[in-house]
Amino acid sequence: MAKRVGMEVAVAVAEAVGQCDIDVAAVYPITPQSHIAEHLSDLVADGKIDAEFVTVESEHSAISAVIGASGTGARVYTATSSQGLMLMHELLPIASAMRLPIVMGIANRAVSGPLNILNDHSDIMPQRDCGWISFFVENGQEAIDLSIQAFKIAEHKDVLLPVCINIDGFQLTHMVEPLEFPDQELVNKFLPPRIPYATLHPAKPVTMGAFAMSDYFTEIMKAKDEAIKNSKKVILEVWDEWAKIFGRSYKPVEIYKAEDAEILMLTMGSMGETAEMAVDELRAKGIRVGLIKLRLWRPFPFEEIKSVLQKAKRLIVTDRAVSFGGPGGPVFSEVKSALYAETQRPAVYNYIIGLGGRDVTVHDFVGMFERVLADTANKAVDTYEFWGVRE
Amino acid sequence: MSNKKGPATWRELTTGCVVFEPGSAGEYHTGSWRSQRPVWDNAKCIKCGICYVFCPEGCVQQSEDGFFKANMDYCKGCGICAHECWPRAITIVEET
Repeated sequence: MAKRVGMEVAVAVAEAVGQCDIDVAAVYPITPQSHIAEHLSDLVADGKIDAEFVTVESEHSAISAVIGASGTGARVYTATSSQGLMLMHELLPIASAMRLPIVMGIANRAVSGPLNILNDHSDIMPQRDCGWISFFVENGQEAIDLSIQAFKIAEHKDVLLPVCINIDGFQLTHMVEPLEFPDQELVNKFLPPRIPYATLHPAKPVTMGAFAMSDYFTEIMKAKDEAIKNSKKVILEVWDEWAKIFGRSYKPVEIYKAEDAEILMLTMGSMGETAEMAVDELRAKGIRVGLIKLRLWRPFPFEEIKSVLQKAKRLIVTDRAVSFGGPGGPVFSEVKSALYAETQRPAVYNYIIGLGGRDVTVHDFVGMFERVLADTANKAVDTYEFWGVRE
Repeated sequence: MSNKKGPATWRELTTGCVVFEPGSAGEYHTGSWRSQRPVWDNAKCIKCGICYVFCPEGCVQQSEDGFFKANMDYCKGCGICAHECWPRAITIVEET
């Protein structure tokens, strides 16, 4: 039987990673990720898992250490947040170009400045084009499940790409939630040992990360792009298998009361559950609203998004990061470009919400729905607004 | 670009571009992006070898007759040989 416990989510993520037979973890502590680093370090020091915990001096070294370790064929894990992720940035496209199945947990936190430490998505958005498969989770259970699934997806012979799991800092990492841990035996069956494509070993020398000029660079970028696009097939297969074994199903785009909705709201991450309550509140008044929750950020699920938005008249996209001087929030740009070629598409509104840990309540989500309901002349379409900003 | 070895299309690349043959770096012809090339005028050359010394790619070689030429597999057309050649025996011409 699966074990049901109450546990802080960051600690639970470390526990889940500990179930995955990892060989090497290199994690530099940073708020609000630190509890992942601390608990993984405990698991290794207490002899509960047979792995190396590399105590690096920075996040740049953490990602470098797991790149090297992954090259030897090890199963590796790292985790970070905000400034730490920014420091890792230059290595992220290298990890994906080398097709190393690294798994990284990200406790999402606002990027400085000003120094903030609280939750938003401004740390992951600048990493968008680094060639990593990128998931967002809504609660602690998803954080555990995705952390385990990530290894299977990353290491699949048809994928071989690094994967990151975005876990909203504090709002998820520091919550104590009721969680179900999968049986170790079932995890072992679900996640067999890694079979590396190539390994760094003196007995059979290979070169990884070689130099390439303009004569090959375009082909290499094309190969990487095809690899991440093709990974969706494997992601869906892994989620099917997970549902069969563990009874919890996952989709690239989750919907909540969206089938007959006239206005849809799109969220990513932990705010989905708050938005659900706003949907319930408005539904009780007979207003047909619904919710879309984007779980898969890269590869972007174009087909799923298009099919769920086919009938909607209006769509509100919420963003928890700003693309300064751009067309709106990063999620908004993505969704709009997905819809561009469709003859029937909803009017799209964009609210920038929850920056630097600002609370977004049920009342706020109701307010966004009501604002769009009142915009009968479509005056606020195709533009963005900082929700709740003091004018 | 014509004499390079290696995969022709993106589909033929190894995963992550892993090179499985040790000691094969020399097979990658790093001069493929050259837009200009050095041409020696052996009537002016005094065989001092300063081009050989200064070539940052190490691709200038001395022939049996004592004159010099560059290995075009690796020459990137930087022009340092021509700049350093004080008898002005080397000119830089456009690649066609």
